[in-house]
Amino acid sequence: MSPSILDVEGLSVAFDRPGHGKQVVTNVSFKVDRGEALGIVGESGSGKTLTMLSLLRLLPRGFVARALRSSFDGRDLFSLSPAALLEIRGREIAVVFQDPLTALNPVLTIGRQITEVLRRHFRSSAAEAERRAVELLANVGIPDPTLRLRQYPHEFSGGMRQRVTIAMALAGEPRLLIADEPTTALDVTVQAEIVSLIQRLQREKGLTVIWVTHDLALLARIADRVLVMYAGRVVEDAPVGKLFAAPRHPYARTLLGSIRQDGPRRNRPKLLGSLAAADAGAVGCPFAPRCAEASDQCRSVAPALKVFGGDTRAACWALDDAGARGADS
Amino acid sequence: MTTEALLSARGITVTYHRRSVLPLRERERPVQALRSVDLDIRSGETLALVGESGSGKSTLARVLVRTICPSSGTVAFRGSDITNIGGRPLRSLRRHFQMVFQDPFSSLNPRLSVGSAIAEPLIVHGLAKGAALRQRVGECLAMVGLDSSVAARRPHEFSGGQRQRICIARAIACQPDFIVADEALSALDTSLQGQIIDLFQDLKERFALTYLFISHDLSVVRQISDRVAVMYLGQVVELAPTQELYASPKHPYTRALLAAVPVPDPAAERARAYTPLRGEPPSPANPPPGCAFHTRCPKAIDRCRSEPPGLREAAPKRLVACHLPD
Repeated sequence: MSPSILDVEGLSVAFDRPGHGKQVVTNVSFKVDRGEALGIVGESGSGKTLTMLSLLRLLPRGFVARALRSSFDGRDLFSLSPAALLEIRGREIAVVFQDPLTALNPVLTIGRQITEVLRRHFRSSAAEAERRAVELLANVGIPDPTLRLRQYPHEFSGGMRQRVTIAMALAGEPRLLIADEPTTALDVTVQAEIVSLIQRLQREKGLTVIWVTHDLALLARIADRVLVMYAGRVVEDAPVGKLFAAPRHPYARTLLGSIRQDGPRRNRPKLLGSLAAADAGAVGCPFAPRCAEASDQCRSVAPALKVFGGDTRAACWALDDAGARGADS
Repeated sequence: MTTEALLSARGITVTYHRRSVLPLRERERPVQALRSVDLDIRSGETLALVGESGSGKSTLARVLVRTICPSSGTVAFRGSDITNIGGRPLRSLRRHFQMVFQDPFSSLNPRLSVGSAIAEPLIVHGLAKGAALRQRVGECLAMVGLDSSVAARRPHEFSGGQRQRICIARAIACQPDFIVADEALSALDTSLQGQIIDLFQDLKERFALTYLFISHDLSVVRQISDRVAVMYLGQVVELAPTQELYASPKHPYTRALLAAVPVPDPAAERARAYTPLRGEPPSPANPPPGCAFHTRCPKAIDRCRSEPPGLREAAPKRLVACHLPD
């Protein structure tokens, strides 16, 4: 058995409409090991969510995805039949989205929405499904689950709603949970509770988790490895400790610099301009327009990901073969 | 308290009466959004308001700029009572107060060019017209780092960060004294947040502005504010200079809030034993007796359940509402 549960190579997503074609995710490759927590970080528009949606084949209309390999536990997600895909979605791979209010159906009770998953995937009887739904709600820390099962989404607070969507995601007993900014809309105190909850489930059930977020500090708490995305590309992929101790890509360095709490803010590395300006040109490194160290080479040819020390990848021309920065070392 | 208060609020209570949609349903209890809040905002400072959703941060800000009237209590601007003024005096007062909101997509009219959006407050207050108006709009755009040529363009042509700059340009157009930034950074990416924080700081130094910064993001607050007021269930529970608050929180709620913020250091994060705050804030329609926080407080004693703690000076310049401050 391969150690990776998910193995993606050469994934590209394009918005494809006559006259308006645009590449939004370019040549993304990554692996997720069983039981691992992978963090994917990037700004809005960096392609993190589209990458996840494309693997589930849930891309919005107009988007087309291609990949050299998109293997989930030995099966190729992109060549599965629709019927086989339905058996994986919600069963083996589950997703929790950012906004629990739009992820839940407002006119159905919570119980109906959770039992639907159980009846669909396990062919459970109504009574069995309800018993299991109570268990699931209790497991995610919702008090009084039997009563709550008969309530509608609007009767829950934001944090409780997100617990409900997590309970729904876990109903299929998935092996991979994709959490796409699940705590962004919540207060810090509630965020801390949801994070503790998912971490507990990871320990208890050996769940593999992909955390998609723009909050790098949060990944310090939850991720084993971090994939940094910029303008639809992976620019760095490193174990969390290495990334925070010695980020290699200039984008990762400025991102980390902007959240460090020590020292006066005036002296911190700054990121000028915006991502929108960065992805306009197709040639060269996408980060070059905002990079303080960009050379002519950076502006004309995009750097490929290079492997350093066996477990770190980064895409930057300024890195020599040992992974040291040529410019400032 | 201090004499140099730009705005001062005393005993502010705001009660919302919810009307029941169904005629036969029991009348719902009124919601107390603010319960007897005292707060001074000093001239030239940046005061941050933090707390969970529903703690009354935005309501307090709106009372201070008089977009809502308090149910009881008084608001004074530079020593004169503005609690009950209306009409022309209120309108001329509004020139001194401006707001920047969370969502730069919904706070700009999509049909109005950027230039017209910035010109509008100047026209309303009769501050400029004709060539002078156009010149002032250009100045405001330049001050927020945009080219004056963008005045003819519409909001949809700009990114989130640029739109927030436009909202700030509109806020400073009338040369206000006081700006409320209500979650003005929450919708922006980390790298853009840094740029907008710098912009707020620059403008503050240039125009001697006073800010009320509402945020649920404690790491942003730390970077920008001089003092922090922590709110819980419609009350201020702690008020302290920023450095001191972060170094040694005195209220157990402040302590819990700070502990919930992830630290950007994987080793430290893994080493620390974090126990999340239990449960949810109680309903503002039915606040618990005694200290409002006692239902979630790890160190609550009997006294906390019966006797509400007032906001008292626990150390020099530090106010805390707790029977057992740290």
